[in-house]
Parts: sequence; structure tokens; C-alpha cells
Amino acid sequence: MKMNINFKNRVACVGAGMTLFRRRLQETPDELMWLAAKTALDEAGLTIRDIDCIVFGTAPDNFDGIHMQSEALADGGGAINKPYTRVFVGGGTGVFSAIAGWWHVASGLCKRVLVIAEEKMSHVQPHPQYLFHHIFDPVTEKPLGVNLIWIFALEMHRYMYKYNISKEDIAKVSVKNKRNALDHPAAQLGAEITVEDVLNSEVLVWPVQKLDISPVSDGAVAIVYTDEEGAKQLTDEPIWIEGVGWSLDTMYWTNRDLAFPTYLYYAGKMAYKMAGIHNPRKEIDFAEVYDPFDYKELHHMEGLQLARKGEAPILTREGVTERDGDLPINPSGGLLGVGNPIAAAGLMKVAEVFWQLRGEAGRRQVKKDVVTGLAQAWGDLMQVGTVIIMRR
Amino acid sequence: MRRVSIVGIGSTQFRPETPEKNFKELMYEAASRAYIDAGIDPRKDLDCVITSSEDLWEGVAIFDEYVPDQLGGVLKPVFTVGGDGLHGIIHGYMLIKTGYFDLVAVEAHSKASEIEDIDKVYRFALDPIYIRPVVDQPHGLAALEMMNTMRLFDITYDILDMTIMKNHLNALEWGSTYARIFDYENIEASEYIAQPLREVDISPHTDGAIVTVLASEEKARELTDDPIWIDGVGWATQSGRYERMLHNPPVALNTAANKAYEMAGIENPFKELDFAEVDDRYSFREPASLSMLRLDGGNLMEMVSEGVYTLDGELPVNTGGGFLGNGYPLEAGGLMKLLHAVKQLRGEAGSNQLDDPEKALVSTRREIPSSSYAVVILSR
Amino acid sequence: MKPNNPMGNPYRMSDIEEGRLSYTEDYFEVWYRWSLGKYLGKYLEGLKNGVILGRRCRVCGRIYVPPREVCQYCFRETDDWIDVGDVGRVNTAVVSYIQADRTRIDKPLIIAVIELEGASEGMGILHRLGDVDPEDVISRRIFGKKVKAVWKPPEERTGSINDILYFKLVEEV
Repeated sequence: MKMNINFKNRVACVGAGMTLFRRRLQETPDELMWLAAKTALDEAGLTIRDIDCIVFGTAPDNFDGIHMQSEALADGGGAINKPYTRVFVGGGTGVFSAIAGWWHVASGLCKRVLVIAEEKMSHVQPHPQYLFHHIFDPVTEKPLGVNLIWIFALEMHRYMYKYNISKEDIAKVSVKNKRNALDHPAAQLGAEITVEDVLNSEVLVWPVQKLDISPVSDGAVAIVYTDEEGAKQLTDEPIWIEGVGWSLDTMYWTNRDLAFPTYLYYAGKMAYKMAGIHNPRKEIDFAEVYDPFDYKELHHMEGLQLARKGEAPILTREGVTERDGDLPINPSGGLLGVGNPIAAAGLMKVAEVFWQLRGEAGRRQVKKDVVTGLAQAWGDLMQVGTVIIMRR
Repeated sequence: MRRVSIVGIGSTQFRPETPEKNFKELMYEAASRAYIDAGIDPRKDLDCVITSSEDLWEGVAIFDEYVPDQLGGVLKPVFTVGGDGLHGIIHGYMLIKTGYFDLVAVEAHSKASEIEDIDKVYRFALDPIYIRPVVDQPHGLAALEMMNTMRLFDITYDILDMTIMKNHLNALEWGSTYARIFDYENIEASEYIAQPLREVDISPHTDGAIVTVLASEEKARELTDDPIWIDGVGWATQSGRYERMLHNPPVALNTAANKAYEMAGIENPFKELDFAEVDDRYSFREPASLSMLRLDGGNLMEMVSEGVYTLDGELPVNTGGGFLGNGYPLEAGGLMKLLHAVKQLRGEAGSNQLDDPEKALVSTRREIPSSSYAVVILSR
Repeated sequence: MKPNNPMGNPYRMSDIEEGRLSYTEDYFEVWYRWSLGKYLGKYLEGLKNGVILGRRCRVCGRIYVPPREVCQYCFRETDDWIDVGDVGRVNTAVVSYIQADRTRIDKPLIIAVIELEGASEGMGILHRLGDVDPEDVISRRIFGKKVKAVWKPPEERTGSINDILYFKLVEEV
């Protein structure tokens, strides 16, 4: 078995837990944090007293309608008289909070760290999309009435144009992920749908249709890290964090190459280098890549070098990315199937890699024997890639 | 264990209003100075860039998307901390300690002047169910905190007045627009905002940006002969419920400080530290912090009246004039204090310069209603 | 099968509308007065005069539009103002049937990223396209085609990105 010899302090994941992902949940944001934290601690066999430090992730500040919201939610994460901070990189925050948890332990400063990501989008009325209006440059873009789906559609269309990709091939991602999610106990939108269903769904901004998009959700996820010594005491099956990487591109998104996620290429390169991976396509056994839109799964596979440029739709068509395929992608059901409470959805991917590597995913377990898994998220103005690589 | 150091720091001036530059240009100005100070080319050398901010201070959602260009961080690891600049420093410290990062830049800034009604932003930080309907602006809560703090730590108005005068005097040297030479009549004339809180007890907002460059030991040796070392860090949050904080001492500051002291090998902070830069967002926070940081020698009143915390005293505090004298730059508060400390340790503090200081403490707390503290111990 | 026992109590909007669940509400309204700074101010002034301005970095030679204060590659202040012209090519385009708050609109909008000819390759701006058949967008025939800005009459311009009404095609699709 491969082991990262570069690490001074190895970091192990020893537990994960999550709430249901639903369009609307009655629990308050701190209650959601608590539910996720409690299940993760139980799975690790720890209590909040054992935890040295808490890392919190949430994407934009204002879904909860509270300024400096991490402070208001401290109690929900058990951050009472404990070190506690919030980190964020927009939509990439979920995986990024797991990366931040890594350096708390890898630096030698903390021994046991609780990482929590929470998002409750249902607060915002009349629709959470409205909040995204405020992510654009107030001078050059906001006066045009820009919204988030526009810019994703623009990127998707450029990607389709450059590599001559059909809507049918992209829709297959949505079909696969929603089917995978049927086996996920927390999933919001698991369903057996067809490519035709996707192509016949409401057109929002061509080429984006309703079933191309992940839903708006509430939910929270937590994971527990320990140092090497602590992991050996707690479990026979620690999952090691072997590589992390992230990268942020310029904020001027209209000046970027929209057909290829350069930021993710750099983020992946950093993580692969740390994990000693030279050929990602061969050495990564399965991946949870960020799929808020179906084309993004393909786009991200290419950015991560899991497929050559323009090749991801072909792999999908050939079934390579199915659970029983050679390179399973999003066996959890991804954001399209499980739901998209932004930061929590990213950390859900890390949790899924953890469960898959431990062989605990039940009906979702991928067919091949897996040793190395990757989780990735994406965010801000389509500009940040966050990557974490875990090994058994 | 590899040590972590500060090899560069740069800032803009701190002024009540900065209409001539947008926030990106302010950040760029501070960054350019910091990178020149450190002697690095950010495009080649930087491994990571950290900013500290919150969306509503900026008026945009997901603020971190706006930062990479003007800090030289495009297509590099960049992220934002929802915390004070000093929390950013602590994250940078940990990143370097992992062994994978050698040079990390930490940025924080304030454009408070561009928020038309900043009290509404504060109001939005309060609990929507329990607090907003009762108290809807921060100084009301600060007054409650003040009442309690004065009781818990035996703080009198004499202590506060001396603190205010001292910090304003220290700030004159920094060219602060807010610094005044106070006498007792000036202070007595100050009106109550919410009794017992007077106008002079409150630090006004200010605009400005600061960038700091952290380096690993090997890198620091390449770049400079006299780096400032970070010997210890600590941070803690007391609770998410501000109302619960009100009748307790700020124990989380103690938790954070103890961790930092332990890392730095400090047993008797009062003796071992040469000066300290502590939170004075409100005047009463400075003496209360000194008590919680074990810097009051057991008798705060005596210490203050003997002038222990003045520039000529045994343990000068807020040598740069603190927030009272310079204004409060939102999340850049911690970095402003760090700037003052670094200048002292480097011997660049002008007429405020202490005699050969070697060890300093910097601590800060986030804005009301937060109870998140950060402590950093520096040495030369 | 993990996750173990995921918890949470879902509800529907009807639970609130019909009084089965209680709630509290609040809204946020604060005005921000963003300084434009040296560069964006001049950009808007240019738009008012019917000119699209970019900034050039003399070290790498890139011409940025919208103009930037800092070159992202060289980390130095950009040097010159360049009139990049109001003609460009469609980098990508979409047909929008919704507004920012996701409500539907009657007449679909065509949105595009337009690479202006006087700027460096790949430097686009976001704007609308007018007088365009949505079918040409859906078929992607419009990609790479030449477009030109249609300006508001000078007296109606305010120094805003909306001083350009839209871009129109100037070559056959």
C-alpha cells in the first residue's frame, strides 16, 4: 500500500456524519450543525470534549440572514471556549473546510479537529437565487441584471462549442447521478429519469434546463480528523488525507478560457504532487467531482486530468463513470441527486470518499476495490477549484 | 520544529474616508509595500494568499472572489477567513508549519466609510429572534458589556480616562487623524451614548488596508537578517450567544492566551513580555484584556495610576495608539496592532520607540457580537 | 449503510402559509457607496463618450477590458489607456428566459461574452445581443461572428455599462 512519506504529521479522517438534505428543513442552522457534528463524533467514538478545534465552512454569508454568521452559530458546532474559525472560498468551501481541517492537524497545532459545513438556503425569500445577484461586480456587471445561471450557461455553451458536445451526452450525467442518489439515505432528489426527461424539462437559460441543475437545499455535514497516533487508538481503518490543493483564478471571468477549468488544473496538480500521484487517470480509483450542473462534472473531470480535453462526455457515454465502471464518478449521487446545500454538499463529497474507502457505502459501494479517492468542489465566480485526495 | 516569521509588512494610511481609491486599489497599495518590504516577487514566490473579511462589510456576496488580482494571487492557493486579520495570521502560521508552504501573504482591510448606515450592518449580526427586537445597535450592547466588565474587574472611570489619554497620545506619532491631546475637561465633556458608555470610550471607524508576509525559517534567513518570529499563537471563541457573554469574564481570551504562552514558553507574561498591543475597540476592553492576559500584576488600578502601561512604563500597552487613537478598521484591526508591534520590534517606531524591545503580545477580538479572540506572541 | 441515520424535519411552504409552522422575518437594506477608483471611473466616462477603454500592461503587452488597475500576470500597475473599439466577436452566447430572481420573462434575452477586437485575445465583456434569432444561438452558429455596439443617444448616456444598448451582428450568420 502506498503511503505519503512527505508528511511530518499525517492526518486521518475517523468519522463522518450528515443531516438529511431537503429543500426546506425546520431545524435552525445551529441545530443542523449540531445534528451533523453529533453523528460524526458518534461514528468516530468521540465527544466534543475530545475535540481541540472546530473549523466551520459556509459559502456566502447571508443565506441565514445574519452578518458574521459563523459567530452566531458557534454553539451549534460546540465552539464554546474553543478555537474556532470559519474559512470560505464560495461554492468550493465544502471541500475547502476539509482542507483547512487538514492543516490544523498537519501543522502539529491540533490533535483532533471537527470540521462542519452547513448551509440553509431556504431562509431567503422569495428565492435563494436572488442572493447570487450580489456576487457580481457592481459596476461592470450588476447593472446588466446578471444572474448565476446566465454565467454557467455561457460557460456550458462555450464548452459544448469548443469540443462539439451534444446536450444528450451532458444529460447522461444528470440521469446517472440522480439514479445513484436513489441509494443515498439523505438524498433529496434521487430519481429514475431518462435523457428525454432532461431534454424536455423547462428551459431556464439555453442550454441550461431545469434537470441540468442541482436543487436548492438545506443541510449540514461534519467530519472528524485526528493525528496519526489518535487514529490508531480509535480505529483499525483510518482514512488518510494524502493530498490537498486549491487555486483561485482572476475575478474577471469574462477574460478567462471558459472551455477549460484552468484553476482546477492547478489545484489538482498541487494535490497530486503532494500525494505523489503522477498519472491521475490510473491512480485515482474513483472521484466525487463537483456537479451543481451536469456539464460541470465533465468539465471538472477534464480539469482534474481524469479525462483528456473533450473526452469526459465519451467516457460517460461508454459507462466508464458508472458505479460499476472503471472510473466511478459521483457514486453518492452528487449534488444533482443528493442535493446542493452549497458548503455542506462539498463536505458531503469528502464524507462519501471516506465511506467508500472504508467499504461502508452499502448499496452505493462501487464495484471495484478502491484505495485512492478524490473529492473536489468549485465556486466563487466560476474561479476556484478545491481538491482533497484520501487513501485507505 | 520549523519556526515561522514575519518578513514583510505594508499598509496604507488609515483615514476616516478614502474616496480616491476603491478597495482593490487600497489592497494593491498595501500589498506592493509589503512585497517590497519582504523583497519578494509575489507572482514567483508566494505560496498562498489569505484575506480576512465578511461579505456585509463589503456589500457583495462571496467577497473572496474579488481578491486574487490585486494581491498577486491569481491561480495560486487563495482563501478568505471569516475572522479578524489575526485569525488570518494564525492560519498562515499553520500552513507554514505543515512544511508545504514557505511564503504566505495575509491581508485585511476596511472600507467602513462606504457603508452608508453601518449600524444596520451591526444590527444584522444580532440574533434575529432574541436580540434584534430588543437592542438594535452595537453600542447599546457594548454599554451592557461595559457595565459588567467594570464590575468584574474593578475598573473605574479613572482607569478608562487614563487609557484613553494614553492611547491618543501614542497615536499622535503615527500621524493618526483621530488622535487628540485630551485633558480631563475634554473627557468630562464627552456625552453618554448609552450610559455608562461615553463617546470617548468608542473607537471610531477608519479605512485602510494591511498586508503581511509570513515566511518559513529557511526562507526568512534567505530574505532578511532580522525577521520577526512568531513564537506562539492562540485563538478561541467563547460562545455564539452574546447575552451569555455579558455576565461572564472573557475566559476565551484567557484560553487563547494560555495556548500562545505555552507555545512560546512564557510562564510569567508580565515579566517576560516587553510590550503588548491589546483590544481597545471600547476603552474598557483594554484593562479587561490586560487582566485576562495576566498582565495586570493583580492590581489594575495601581498599575494604571503608576503609569506601568505608558511608553515609559514597565509594560507599555498599545504603543501605536490602538483603535482609540487610530480608529477601528473592522477586520484589519488585528493587523493594525500587529503592524504597531512589528515596527516596535524592528526599531522603526519613531518617537514612540521603546528601548530595545524583544518580546511582544498582540491580541484582538472581533466586532460585537462576536466573542472570537486571537493572540499572537512575537519576538525579535 | 452510511450515512447513519441522517436526521432533519422537512417542511413545505404550505406549512407556513396555512399556519402550521411559525416563523420570524426580517430584511436587510443598506446602501453602499463604492468608490470607483482611478480606472473604473475612467471606463464609465469613456462609455458616456461612446468609447470602450482598456488598459495595457507594457511588460506582457496584454490589453485588458474591463480596464484593470493591476496586471494579473505581472503584478504591476497597468500603463496605458487603449480605445479597444466597439466591434468584437461572440465568444459564447445563451438565451435567457428568466430574470435574476428566477421569475420568467416573456421575451427571451440573448446574453453573450464578446471579445473586443482592440483587446488581447480572450478578453471579453458581458453584454446583451440584439436583433438576433435565438435559433442562431441555440445552433451555436453565432459563435465567432462579428458584432458591433449599439449605443444610446449621447444625451441619454449616464456613464454606465448600460450606455451600450446591446451588440448587433455585422456579418451573416
